[in-house]
Amino acid sequence: MEFVRKWVQALFFLITNGYWNFPVTKGIYQGPLKVICSPGLNCYSCPAATSYCPLGALQQLLGGIRLALENGQVYVGFYVIGAMGAIGSFVGRMICGWACPFGLFQELLHKIPSPKFGIWRPLRFIKYGLLLFMVVLLPLFAVDAFGFGQTWFCKYVCPAGTLEAGLPMLILQPDLRASLGFLFLNKLVILIFFISWSVVASRPFCRTACPLGAFYALFSNIKLVKLRLDTERCTQCEACHAVCPMGVHFNESPDDMECISCLACSKACKFNAISLEVGGIPISNQAPYRPQKVHLEQ
Amino acid sequence: MKKKKNQAAKIRRAPFVAIFIFLVLGAVGISLGEPSRVFEQATRICLSCIGIG
Repeated sequence: MEFVRKWVQALFFLITNGYWNFPVTKGIYQGPLKVICSPGLNCYSCPAATSYCPLGALQQLLGGIRLALENGQVYVGFYVIGAMGAIGSFVGRMICGWACPFGLFQELLHKIPSPKFGIWRPLRFIKYGLLLFMVVLLPLFAVDAFGFGQTWFCKYVCPAGTLEAGLPMLILQPDLRASLGFLFLNKLVILIFFISWSVVASRPFCRTACPLGAFYALFSNIKLVKLRLDTERCTQCEACHAVCPMGVHFNESPDDMECISCLACSKACKFNAISLEVGGIPISNQAPYRPQKVHLEQ
Repeated sequence: MKKKKNQAAKIRRAPFVAIFIFLVLGAVGISLGEPSRVFEQATRICLSCIGIG
């Protein structure tokens, strides 16, 4: 299953970054697909990006809400939130494990041989703060003299934007290098920080700072496709603890908001206690669990 | 036991309701013309958004 997941990740990476003419045009894709929501974190200023980043689009819409309303345009983010919510209700954070290019990038970095460390669990709450303040409240309320809000998360934090858009654009358009300043330095430091952290810890950005993951996590209880625990089969052996890239203790919290449904725990469970379910109906490609017969010697 | 198994396989309605609500929300956004605004934003390089300028 891990092999399949890697191929799905690669496929989504190629679909959401499928514009390979950018070395010729020196710009970004401007075709009709840009109206489609990218399920994972994928900057739409990336030269190869074929779809829009929901976080960037939402901040832009919220930041420009006053001007839009003044002009009689009711652009309040329904289209973007509708797309994000539909994806979240359907698969939730499975997107993080199967379709996010930045998640794939962190997984590949984590394969570099090095000492590995865990991540202090309370740090996971940071991403909810980033979602609330830097994606919603600050773009909405911290406005300039013209009533226009900034894209706070993209501008000051997003390492995916620096990696996928900032650095490539500097290569494609060398004239832009003249306008580099503290803003870029700040974002470069954040990118280097998360790259380094990803080598020694599993998916640190997803676990601590991704507002898109935080949004999808809100659907962990109601999403259509989710993992389910068969409590009758679970022996509490805790084999699922060691393999989870997100630090989830699945046998203790099957609806954990951090679960990205990567199925690593399902594979590790020798008792087939973990399976995938769709809308309450279990589906699994594993053989049903057969309790071993105990032969008592007389 | 049979009753328990039936309960375990019960279809959850909440995800379908949530998907429907968000699809309706998206449709409202489309009717308001939001996709054209999103397209306009997504096809322009926002330099300050990516840390340049």
